[in-house]
Amino acid sequence: MALLPVTTHDQLIRSKARENSLCPQIWALLDTVTDPEIPVISIWDLGVLQDVIEQASRVEVVITPTYSGCPAMREIEQDICKTLKRAGYSHVEVTTRLSPAWSTDWMSKQGKQQLMDFGIAPPTPTWQVRKVICPQCASTDNSLISEFGSTACKALYKCNDCLEAFDYFKCI
Amino acid sequence: MSNTESTTRENTLEYSIGLGDDSLMLGQRLAEWCRNAPLLEEDLAISNVALDFIGRANMFYEYAVELAKVTGGVFKNQSVDDIAYLRDSREYLNLLIFEMPIGDFAYTMTRQLIVDLFNVDYFTALSASSDSRLAAIAAKTLKESKYHLRRSHEWALRLGDGTEESHTRMQNAVNELWGYTPELFEMSETELALLPAGISVDRAALFDTWEARVSGILNEATLDHPPGDWQVTGGRAGVHTEYHGHLLSEMQFLQRAYPGLAW
Ligand SMILES: [Zn+2]
Repeated sequence: MALLPVTTHDQLIRSKARENSLCPQIWALLDTVTDPEIPVISIWDLGVLQDVIEQASRVEVVITPTYSGCPAMREIEQDICKTLKRAGYSHVEVTTRLSPAWSTDWMSKQGKQQLMDFGIAPPTPTWQVRKVICPQCASTDNSLISEFGSTACKALYKCNDCLEAFDYFKCI
Repeated sequence: MSNTESTTRENTLEYSIGLGDDSLMLGQRLAEWCRNAPLLEEDLAISNVALDFIGRANMFYEYAVELAKVTGGVFKNQSVDDIAYLRDSREYLNLLIFEMPIGDFAYTMTRQLIVDLFNVDYFTALSASSDSRLAAIAAKTLKESKYHLRRSHEWALRLGDGTEESHTRMQNAVNELWGYTPELFEMSETELALLPAGISVDRAALFDTWEARVSGILNEATLDHPPGDWQVTGGRAGVHTEYHGHLLSEMQFLQRAYPGLAW
């Protein structure tokens, strides 16, 4: 049986915030801001960008951190400010929202494909049994080398078919 | 502002500092393994866990900074860095188990097992706190602690039920650390004061589950449960072990030598 696509409540709120936004042009600008450690994925596709509020000349961008100790978050904040200031928005404020906590379920389908193309196995939805696909040869026969990879968000795997080691974006 | 409201805010501030100090001390200790771990994967893993602990300390201190703007007192106008790096030993409120040295790899992993098991239950409870900010920090932290536990649990089994050498080292570590575990379940006056309003977590109530789970894992890892005939406490009152000052001297060096230095 094919699995039905499932959207969590948090995911729904996020996509509604974007769909109903009065400033779609700012969201589009922010699509150029990427994770500094995985430069192929935008902060929207990663699930970090939550909301954009434009009031008079002031823009507030709401983000949710991936991991508590992720050093990329500060850089993402700076990139958001830089990008919007370059486009003429002079008063930009980035606020952090902790709750609900970030989940890999917020990552978009496109984001998962981009990870795969970049050589990182995308996360399994949290409600499914972990299924890791080798980004080199698409084999699902692999073994875990370490629960922690090169950054906080990744684990290290080895493909038993093509023998390549690869990063898996762990699901939380 | 009513009197009780301001007392609650002051207590919440102290509570946040204590939880932040617990995380910062352990984060600092784990960072000592960076480039010293037994293998590259472990080096990465421990450094990542260290970052999670330092990150959660940052979240608790950020909340403390905001509360101090209203309450005033010693932390008024202080930054997160001031709180983290410019206090003296007696002003840190961390529990003792978090400041103990890294020891050997068995010792480090045993402490992680003890702490991760505790943290999963603690942050589950704190995520239901009536203080929404603490609840949000706890919910974020909980996800990470569950992940940390998977690894420390695996290592405990692998080393405990491993070679004669690894088993001996694990047993020594368990014995040496055991006397620091009762403090995890001891309520400070501040925590007791915050309990009726549902802000703090009742540590004592977590003991039975923790004890049952840790006993199960020790048993599975062929390790003996220590008799528990000694215990040390005092961290929440600012009374620390002789290791604390050494930890601070290394951790605080940069801020002391170059005041106000920022990344
Ligand atoms: Zn492969």
